[in-house]
Amino acid sequence: MKKRIFAALMTTVTVAGLLSGCGGNNGNETDSAVEGKVINIYSWNDEFRTRLEAIYPEVEGSSEDGTITTLKDGTEIHWIINPNQDGVYQQKLDEALLNQADAAADDKVDIFLSETDYVFKYTDADADIAMPLKDLGIDPDTDLKDQYDFTKTTASDQNGVQRGSTWQCCPGLLVYRRDIAKDVFGTDDPETVGEKVKDWDTLKETAKELKEKGYFTFSSYADTFRLYGNSIDEPWVTEGETVVKVNQNIMNWISDSKEWLDAGYFNKTVKGQFNDDWNKAMSSSSSVFAFLLPAWGIDFTLKPNWDGDDGAWGVTNPPQEYNWGGSYIHAATGTDNIEHVKDIILSLTANKDNLLKISKDYLDFTNTVSGMQEVADNDEEFASDFLGGQNPYKYFAPVAENIKMAPLSSYDQGCVELIQNSFGDYFQGNIDFDRAKENFETAIRERYPDITEIQWPE
Amino acid sequence: MKKKRKSVSYAKWGYIFILPFFVCFFIFSFIPLIDTIRYSFFEYYRSGIKEIGPNFIGLENYISLLKSDMLKYAGNTLILWVIGFVPQIVVALLLANWFTDIRLKIHGKQFFKVIIYLPNLIMASAFAMLFFAMFSTNGPINSILTSVGWIKEPIDFLGSVFGTRSLVGLMNFLMWFGNTTIMLMAAIMGISPDIFEACELDGCTSSKRFFYITLPLIRPILAYTLITSIIGGLQMFDVPQILTNGQGNPDRTSMTLIMFLNSHLKSRNYGMAGALSVYLFIVSAILCFFVYKMTNGDNGDHLKKVTKKGK
Repeated sequence: MKKRIFAALMTTVTVAGLLSGCGGNNGNETDSAVEGKVINIYSWNDEFRTRLEAIYPEVEGSSEDGTITTLKDGTEIHWIINPNQDGVYQQKLDEALLNQADAAADDKVDIFLSETDYVFKYTDADADIAMPLKDLGIDPDTDLKDQYDFTKTTASDQNGVQRGSTWQCCPGLLVYRRDIAKDVFGTDDPETVGEKVKDWDTLKETAKELKEKGYFTFSSYADTFRLYGNSIDEPWVTEGETVVKVNQNIMNWISDSKEWLDAGYFNKTVKGQFNDDWNKAMSSSSSVFAFLLPAWGIDFTLKPNWDGDDGAWGVTNPPQEYNWGGSYIHAATGTDNIEHVKDIILSLTANKDNLLKISKDYLDFTNTVSGMQEVADNDEEFASDFLGGQNPYKYFAPVAENIKMAPLSSYDQGCVELIQNSFGDYFQGNIDFDRAKENFETAIRERYPDITEIQWPE
Repeated sequence: MKKKRKSVSYAKWGYIFILPFFVCFFIFSFIPLIDTIRYSFFEYYRSGIKEIGPNFIGLENYISLLKSDMLKYAGNTLILWVIGFVPQIVVALLLANWFTDIRLKIHGKQFFKVIIYLPNLIMASAFAMLFFAMFSTNGPINSILTSVGWIKEPIDFLGSVFGTRSLVGLMNFLMWFGNTTIMLMAAIMGISPDIFEACELDGCTSSKRFFYITLPLIRPILAYTLITSIIGGLQMFDVPQILTNGQGNPDRTSMTLIMFLNSHLKSRNYGMAGALSVYLFIVSAILCFFVYKMTNGDNGDHLKKVTKKGK
């Protein structure tokens, strides 16, 4: 009998708990006219969280597992992190955004992040998923005037309305092995090496020199893709059309890559990036002369894979200015925390002092034109031991100023990924050129059912 | 009161106890199944963040699938399955026969049974990752072969059709032969020992005993293995998916039907994916029907007689 009473008691407690939970939610919904108590931020790693916790002045503390950050006014930031691999992040985010209108105030997405590869999917004016910054009370022309122009263009929709903002900027450089440079050119001076790689024609001559001494210029054809792919003058798919137009620059990448691979300027065993073979190509036993990497690439991929002493690598100008990566912060339409979101975006992407702090602590190339110019001249504080005492910002800054962002479309990620995969077989000599084209067309139609035609340049 | 008691039917408890299964099946399997079939007649996918459809388009999905490379992928799936299944069934039969042979007196039978079953316990994707790392051009297999001196240049296993397909076959073989061996052993041990004794008295050689006694008597289990293996083979996904990064490289020659289905799901193309699932469903049903007929026809009766005689 006692047991029974106990059981009944437990049930009542549980049910009461459930009911009170519901009650709480309903209560919050009614105050949604005022600022909500929970800010939900969707992201794919803790990069943004660490930066926000380091520099946002309103942060009070965060929970041990890192899923909740409390602000000084009691508002909680809830971090919803899903990995980028295999499109998981986008799937979860899309699901949440589609339910945005029906979600309870505290469950609504308030801030989400996107990468350059798919930023356009979310800034699309018709989808109206990311709020225009103007509606938040941020005027891009005055508040964000110190940002690099191309980052503002990237985060804008087809009508030029800016719908996102970033703290980082990812100009890329050519990162080379100093010992190989000494062996082949007799010097590892960045200026001299820079002269040898200043454009594609010169670089091809240099590649021949490297090859004679038994070195590969780059590890694979995927390494050079960003340089060609970011300089296309027309988007992959023009707004309102259902035709994929392969740009002449992409065709140049295909023919150059085939030529370079056959000539032995690439390491034939490395197929693509971020795999084991690629990582090994960065180790001291490899004979790859250079990589094309942005600031984060040096810090996150090259450094952990390098097994030799510091100071073995140097940086110099790339053969063509390019940008690789970049995380954009967006305010989700329907957010109930407009003031907080505005404050976070301004503090993290428009405050020069904060941005310089990020540059110093995390080696990010941050989105402040005047700040980066100062840093480029400040050899004392910003020289890198890993790069043999070189100040990489000196080389990053001019690249960043010359970047012209390729026109974006919502199909970019698939096009970029699939063209590299389809033509990988062609480069390796498994199939002929026409077969690779066919495979690309098949793959694109599978990925994007609304695509009706694929056009190749003559 | 007593009369009422008598009329209580305990049968209802049986239904109540199996109810949870039927409820779960109805909610989590049956409704999605019907939905899949329904959506296969619709245009329904996502473009970027925008949802397109559902618009009813009749059989268009089915027709455009037939026009696509679906049959080629079906061929790939079949080839990959055969490469794995043939060695699997041969080795499993051989091992099952040895392990159940009383005269051979193999020591540590239990130990070997565990060992050969172990690969099946590893997740297929983890297994594929392992092979991917081992057989990469700069991986350990190539290093070993080069240092032994058998090859001069590293072999690009995953860059050739033959290499990739054999690796997928090898993995499927390694993962499933233990499972099949144990199933066949159970079948062979189910045969009455009297028959084996009788045939030995008649002076039967061990190969004759295998082909004329063991094999015919385990036919139902062999058929079962075949059916489950075909169905498993049609759904082959994780091993080639991980090994080729979802691309079915080289030249889409290791793209299986379910990988094809998966690439439609990347754009949430429920219509096309539904149509493909329906095709797969029909093919599995036909295959099952054939195999079932083949083994449950006259041979089944013959088998019953044999077992009866044995008893």
